[in-house]
Amino acid sequence: MENPNAPHEHHPALQHHFHSMAQQLEASVLGMWVFLVTEVMFFGGLFMAYILYRSLYPDAWLAGSQELDEFLGGLNTVVLICSSLTMALAVRAAQVGSRKGQIVNLILTIVFGTVFLVVKYFEYAKKFEHHLVPGAHFDPARDPAQQLYFSLYFMMTGVHALHMVVGIGLMLVMLHMAWKGRFSAEYFAPVEISGLYWHFVDIVWIFLFPLLYLIGKHH
Amino acid sequence: MNHDIKAGSYLDAPHGIASWLLTKDHKRIALLYLISITVFFIIGGIFAAGIRTELMTPEGDLFTADMYNKVFTLHGVVMIFFFLIPSIPATLGNFLVPIMCGAKDLAFPRINLLSWYLYVAGASLTIGAVALGGVDTGWTFYTPYSSMASNTNVTLAALGVFIAGFSSILTGFNFIVTIHRMRAPGLTWFRMPLFLWAHYATSLVMILGTPVVAITILLVGAERALGFAIFDPRVGGDPVLFQHLFWFYSHPAVYIMILPAMGVISELVAAVSRKQIFGYSFVAYSSLAIAIIGFLVWGHHMFVSSQSIYAGLVFSIITMIVAVPSAVKTFNWTATMYKGSITWDSPTYWVLGFMGLFLIGGLTGLFLGTMGLDVHLHDTYFVVAHFHYIMVGGGVMGFLGGVHFWWPKMTGRIYPETAGKIAAVLVFVGFNLTFFPQFVVGYLGMPRRYHAYPEEFQILNVLSTGGAAVLGAGYLLILAYLVASFFKPRNAPANPWGATGLEWDIPSPPTTFNFEHDPVVTEDAYDYVGRARKAREN
Amino acid sequence: MQSSFPLFPQAASSIASEVDLLYFFILAVASFFAVLVSVAVVFFAIKFRRRHADEIGHDIHGSIALELIWSIIPFVLAMVMFFWGADLYFRIARPPADAMDVYVVGKQWMWKVQHPEGVREINELHVPLGRPVRITLGSEDVLHDFYIPAFRVKMDAVPGKLTTLWFTATKTGSYHVFCAEYCGTQHSGMIGQVIVMEPHDYEAWLAGGRSTGTAVQNGEKLFTQLACITCHKTDTSGRGPVLTGVFGSTVQLMDGRQVIVDENYLRESVMNPQAKIVLGYQPIMPTFQGTVSEENLLQLIAYIKTLKATTPESPEGGQ
Repeated sequence: MENPNAPHEHHPALQHHFHSMAQQLEASVLGMWVFLVTEVMFFGGLFMAYILYRSLYPDAWLAGSQELDEFLGGLNTVVLICSSLTMALAVRAAQVGSRKGQIVNLILTIVFGTVFLVVKYFEYAKKFEHHLVPGAHFDPARDPAQQLYFSLYFMMTGVHALHMVVGIGLMLVMLHMAWKGRFSAEYFAPVEISGLYWHFVDIVWIFLFPLLYLIGKHH
Repeated sequence: MNHDIKAGSYLDAPHGIASWLLTKDHKRIALLYLISITVFFIIGGIFAAGIRTELMTPEGDLFTADMYNKVFTLHGVVMIFFFLIPSIPATLGNFLVPIMCGAKDLAFPRINLLSWYLYVAGASLTIGAVALGGVDTGWTFYTPYSSMASNTNVTLAALGVFIAGFSSILTGFNFIVTIHRMRAPGLTWFRMPLFLWAHYATSLVMILGTPVVAITILLVGAERALGFAIFDPRVGGDPVLFQHLFWFYSHPAVYIMILPAMGVISELVAAVSRKQIFGYSFVAYSSLAIAIIGFLVWGHHMFVSSQSIYAGLVFSIITMIVAVPSAVKTFNWTATMYKGSITWDSPTYWVLGFMGLFLIGGLTGLFLGTMGLDVHLHDTYFVVAHFHYIMVGGGVMGFLGGVHFWWPKMTGRIYPETAGKIAAVLVFVGFNLTFFPQFVVGYLGMPRRYHAYPEEFQILNVLSTGGAAVLGAGYLLILAYLVASFFKPRNAPANPWGATGLEWDIPSPPTTFNFEHDPVVTEDAYDYVGRARKAREN
Repeated sequence: MQSSFPLFPQAASSIASEVDLLYFFILAVASFFAVLVSVAVVFFAIKFRRRHADEIGHDIHGSIALELIWSIIPFVLAMVMFFWGADLYFRIARPPADAMDVYVVGKQWMWKVQHPEGVREINELHVPLGRPVRITLGSEDVLHDFYIPAFRVKMDAVPGKLTTLWFTATKTGSYHVFCAEYCGTQHSGMIGQVIVMEPHDYEAWLAGGRSTGTAVQNGEKLFTQLACITCHKTDTSGRGPVLTGVFGSTVQLMDGRQVIVDENYLRESVMNPQAKIVLGYQPIMPTFQGTVSEENLLQLIAYIKTLKATTPESPEGGQ
């Protein structure tokens, strides 16, 4: 049960319908977790399609995977892991009230996120050149079932990239708020829940990378 | 009667259109939703009238075949995504969940408003698709018809449904956080009104199911707009995969429509009987059981789809199991009335109507969950009748019952009791006349979504159309007296039914922040005996 | 034929009366509970009506015994329905071995029927009385569903795969065939008739029909025309697997899996040959997607099914 003893001096960021900053923080964090559950289900539909078709067409999956650049994919994996570290440091900086730490780490997070998207752009461009985009221009010499692989590749990485774009937008807002010195040991919920979102998007990539890039690489 | 409560009512301050369109007050958002879904109910109803008029004769003589296909598609899309899914949660739920929790608002008021705007945006896109010539895939959007064959505005309509889906997700998300984190001191889980339990269960379905249909619709959109191949059989894609993903949401979506109605009925049964709900914890847990088990039955829509027969076995047995918690609820409501003090005010009519129709809807589900019988019944009018009994007989009766019960609280007005009773009887009789013949014509073998049909089905179809006219008259009557009541002076007392619950302890209509003092809960829900004892002691 | 105002469908197949029996059982159970609860709530609402404004109900909270009773009894009844329905479903889903084959292809908006003897029909299906008929269903475009209410059977026609349904007709006459899966503009026009005839009438009808060669003969012709025969030879010198006796056998695939050769595997191997390559062969076969219609495909499959190890020129083809 919530503590009814609302503090007498209201924090400026305390919304009217909450009793305390603690309740507000708990609500925000739970809210983000619930939201992430919906995100898991959202990607879950794509993973179901992936599992079904990979078991039906293992050869097409192997051949499709050969066309992906595991160096660039691996590079992006490292970039995202680094961004998760800077994100975690930004949250920490907010909790201890270090404005400079927040700003530096948020900027680094944004930079890593942008690098990821730029690398992704070059990967996509290559797929266009090699006629690997499903549809009318798909290389007719290839097994048609590979269209399923590349359709899922573009949907999965595309939806993930869209989440990265949203994440970078969020980080810009956080940067703005940090710049104005809004966050303190009492009030850091926005950075914390944006961080949860950012880590989630990273984790999705941790699944996408081996499932799409590394098929058959253990041989 | 005129209580001195007008000052500070949420309806009055602040003034102006902008204060409504930018409001963060859950009660105002509930009214915004109520108005929007009423508009869509009327639009969907007009499409329904078109369907029933066409089916009065065996020939397809009112509409062209293409037009008819668009009419039934839009009836389904509008009624399901823009009326039934938001109906109780977004109106009564939005209004009552925070109040029943003893909170000033939902946890995320701005997101609540955003959810209404997403709903409006999604609805507008879908209406746009209608204006540009309609869409003809059926509300189920089955591939490869939707992805390859149809040349109507599938992408636009699908985008509308996609966006409206997020409005539903945000509503569920808000309820879950509110129920977890915003309950008043003393309001333990097992003191919560069953309306909250039902909305908690509903919210679970909303947040777990809706994203799956969202990505599925996005995949269909990618096939149509970008030429991707996901379900395309020409490259080895599986159209049946679409059905799995679609029903993974769309079967539980039925529980989004019926669980809140069950929550409403639990409140109403207790209030009209002035009695503790019989087997409170069983009714509460059965909501959760329905929400959870309901996620494992989607394949019963696919017994003749070429799905593996062993998968069919699993889906069938779980479907039969999910019937049990619904039965438990029904028996508990019945037992609640035993030795109650039952009023014959208008809410009782809705309770009885709901019980009758939901019983038939639920029991006919047994026919469809049974595999050998479903082979014959699948995609016939038997299915149409069954899901209308659940979604309209159950869902809409629950919704209207709730609206009648809480109308004094929401608007501060009392509607004419006699008109309320007449409307309930009209709706009940009209509904049965419309849909009962469809069970018969369904077992005879009339497939759904037929524009023209063999002559021997005509008499039953005419009966059904006649019933629809009665049903429509009932709905129009309700609309008329509720709207009319809004223009009369506020005359509702705080607790017109003598019911228990935090919402009845505050003025009608409530003030903007609901409670003057933060409430502390010291008793169980529906503690009529305890309240009477206290009244005697004072 | 049907009366002008029927309330119950004709039962004209061996399975129909069994389906009806289960229907009546569930109807009885459902009616019992519907009446029980309806009568109870109305009776309570009258008997326990409020006598004065301040009256409240009795202080009753619940009963574990009752909860158990009304959980267990519905559960047991539901399980009876499940097992009964599942048993019935398995009989509906599994055709007997001696069933005669008919091939049906759905396309917007007609049913194209091929009898093994070569007679073709559109939107009509003639079958003999008393003999199990197995229908292999394909679709050329979108989902359809072949539904014969009087036989209580239906099955989806799914593009990209073959499905089956079977029945034994028990009454002569003509019965509706409906498309039960929404398929676009003329969905409600995609109806036809199944005509059940005495076996000798059926033979006479077959003999009088415009036969363009049996399905097997047509399949054999296609097998040559499409040059399948250049790679799939009767000895192991060909570049493709030997098809003699392949139907019903289990083959080893390149990726280590095994598959049973059924209609769907044969269909996939023609339309999407790269999907499952037999061990020891190169993935060189071109796809016949777009070249071979669903009907031709069914003829090819009919032919391949006759290629038995001992008698490659199966006598079945001549029947």
